[in-house]
Amino acid sequence: MSFWVEALISLLLIAGGLFVFVGSLGMAHLRDFYMRLHGPTKATTLGIGCMLSASMAYFWSVDGTPDIQELLITLFLFITAPVSAHLLAKTGLHMRLKHIDKTQGKPFELRPEEVGKKPVPHPDKGHG
Amino acid sequence: MIRSRAWLPTPVFSLLLLFVWLLLARSVSPGNIVLGGALAILIPLLTHRFWDSRPRIKKPLKLLRFVLRVLGDIITANFEVAYLIANPWRKLNPHFIEYPLILEDRFTITLLASTISLTPGTVSANLRMDGKSLLIHALNANDEEALIKQIRERYERPLKEIYEC
Repeated sequence: MSFWVEALISLLLIAGGLFVFVGSLGMAHLRDFYMRLHGPTKATTLGIGCMLSASMAYFWSVDGTPDIQELLITLFLFITAPVSAHLLAKTGLHMRLKHIDKTQGKPFELRPEEVGKKPVPHPDKGHG
Repeated sequence: MIRSRAWLPTPVFSLLLLFVWLLLARSVSPGNIVLGGALAILIPLLTHRFWDSRPRIKKPLKLLRFVLRVLGDIITANFEVAYLIANPWRKLNPHFIEYPLILEDRFTITLLASTISLTPGTVSANLRMDGKSLLIHALNANDEEALIKQIRERYERPLKEIYEC
């Protein structure tokens, strides 16, 4: 393996590690639930992307054939990360988790039909 | 165009599943094709009732441009958020924003919400039951109008052009 390939792989690994670390740091020390959500949803997608690219580059240079399995993992991550973040944020709203006082904007309250005790009817009409 | 039948409700999706299966298995041996093909038929049969009908892509080139732009934004978003988190002296101004949607279709709204969650400092938190606005939490935003305008021009209009117009 040539020096440059090795340098590239190490660089990607370090960058990936840094991004994931900062993401977890955000999750640990930001002030309220909604802010903490930002760390894991963003910093980690690029971090894991970097690590998977490093893996791809390594096995490409070792085996000699490119392999796009890692890209699939990144793709699945991009599809699932926002959905889970949305669900977490929504749950936070329903449980009325506190947000820090200087949070601006107060469209915070869920409307009655969004909270109600009865299960909300599916707004979907015409499908399925 | 392959037409949908009772046992094959979503042909394109089935093909995609088979393709992804072969990629994951890293081989195109007959055994894998049969197994992947069986899964590609079974999974849509079991799950298609849960899905919304998807709108047609009207402008594939614009979609490609949109995807590239979002990928670029994801990278800058990561740097921005990493900087915001790692700098202990930085004052953060979190902000809840009610974003009025111009998109109408549920699938495109989902795409927009996912895009918002993946890009700079914003997470989509709640879609109102009437589907007319989206609640967004921004990690650091002072100007609500500017953010709404940015999302509108950068993501929502292209999506609207690609799928709905």
